[in-house]
Amino acid sequence: MLGLYIDRNSAIHALAPGVKMLALALSALALIAVDNWRVLAAVLTAVLGLFAVARLPAREVVAQLRPVLFLALFFFAVHALLVSWQSGLVTVLRFTILVSLAVGITLTTRVSHMVDALESGLRPLRFIGVNPAKISLMISLAIRFVPLLVDLVREIRAAQQARGLERSVTAVAVPLIVKTLRMASVLTDAIEARGYDPD
Amino acid sequence: MIELIQVSHRYGDHPVLRDVSLSITERRVAVVGANGSGKSTFARLLNGLVIPDEGTVTVDGLDTRTDGKAVRRKVGFVFQDPDTQIVYPTVEEDIAFGLKNLKLDKAEIARRVAGVLDRYGLTEHRTRSAHLLSGGQKQLLAICSVLVMEPAYVVFDEPTTLLDLRNKRKIVEIVAGLPQTAIFISHDLDLLGGFDRVLVFDGGRVVADDCPGPAIARYIELMN
Repeated sequence: MLGLYIDRNSAIHALAPGVKMLALALSALALIAVDNWRVLAAVLTAVLGLFAVARLPAREVVAQLRPVLFLALFFFAVHALLVSWQSGLVTVLRFTILVSLAVGITLTTRVSHMVDALESGLRPLRFIGVNPAKISLMISLAIRFVPLLVDLVREIRAAQQARGLERSVTAVAVPLIVKTLRMASVLTDAIEARGYDPD
Repeated sequence: MIELIQVSHRYGDHPVLRDVSLSITERRVAVVGANGSGKSTFARLLNGLVIPDEGTVTVDGLDTRTDGKAVRRKVGFVFQDPDTQIVYPTVEEDIAFGLKNLKLDKAEIARRVAGVLDRYGLTEHRTRSAHLLSGGQKQLLAICSVLVMEPAYVVFDEPTTLLDLRNKRKIVEIVAGLPQTAIFISHDLDLLGGFDRVLVFDGGRVVADDCPGPAIARYIELMN
């Protein structure tokens, strides 16, 4: 989700973001009903085929899926030990299919398009006081600021290590909170200065 | 024209601007002053991000107190740290953010985004994550995101502070080439030679208002 979009001219890129997100949600529901590992393996193969249809570079796809595979192996080991290897395989395949679909959407959809689709989808909730524009901005800001906050934590930790405070959580948390609040204050001004009006 | 009439402002008990009256008609106006001298508050007054406790600020006749939204359409604002003003994860999405707020149609947004990316050499980075850009490129993106809205005035609040000399010069070159009125807050005195007018702030007041040579000399005198 962190701005990983890869620009390509493909049918999957051209699909409406709302359709892709709906497909993901429906797939999640459908996968619960399937407990045959052979069927799930076939589905996973088809999903991986979609990456080729989307003309995404294999290296990028592997980079996105690699951390998930370690988690999948862990799930498999736990299930195999406690239940059976078939149950482990079913769980891992369901999980990998869903994550692959989500990665596929992330790599083929601009964040702004996803956010716009979400905003449209939430519009019917206006009558119960939900403001879709505020929610969509909140999501795009979260996506934008995660890597920034990771860098900030790294920077503060390095500064505190240089002062010999290697194990102090407070020494990292306090400056992090202060800096984040300052950043949020300027960001609010910046958003306002660019004419943002959620109503 | 931007006009300030008897403007005073304080944060809590601390006065930051005292009875400032001036009008801006020149195309290139620089503002210098020590930390805490009131220059950043002055900058924020110009597009209504700060409303003065006393006095009025008007932009082409629009009062920042009552016409905030209209004023912000006229006055763009570039902040010191681009990381705190880039809203969307990728370059072209962030540039489009302000245009969506202007309720422009998709074709016009695409046209303007492509135009500004091309003009400032960011086309090859258009789908890149803003987080992965260099400091200079991020500031360039922040400037593009403001310029694409085509404001009549642009306030730059210390945009060169975090940059190396090459990027500082590049930003000043961009400012020099703008068709808009630019108000440029800075500590980099060597970059202000080409400006039409320099305001020197000290203790919340304008203590010098002149062309660059004499104004900068007065500022240096104040700092000694």
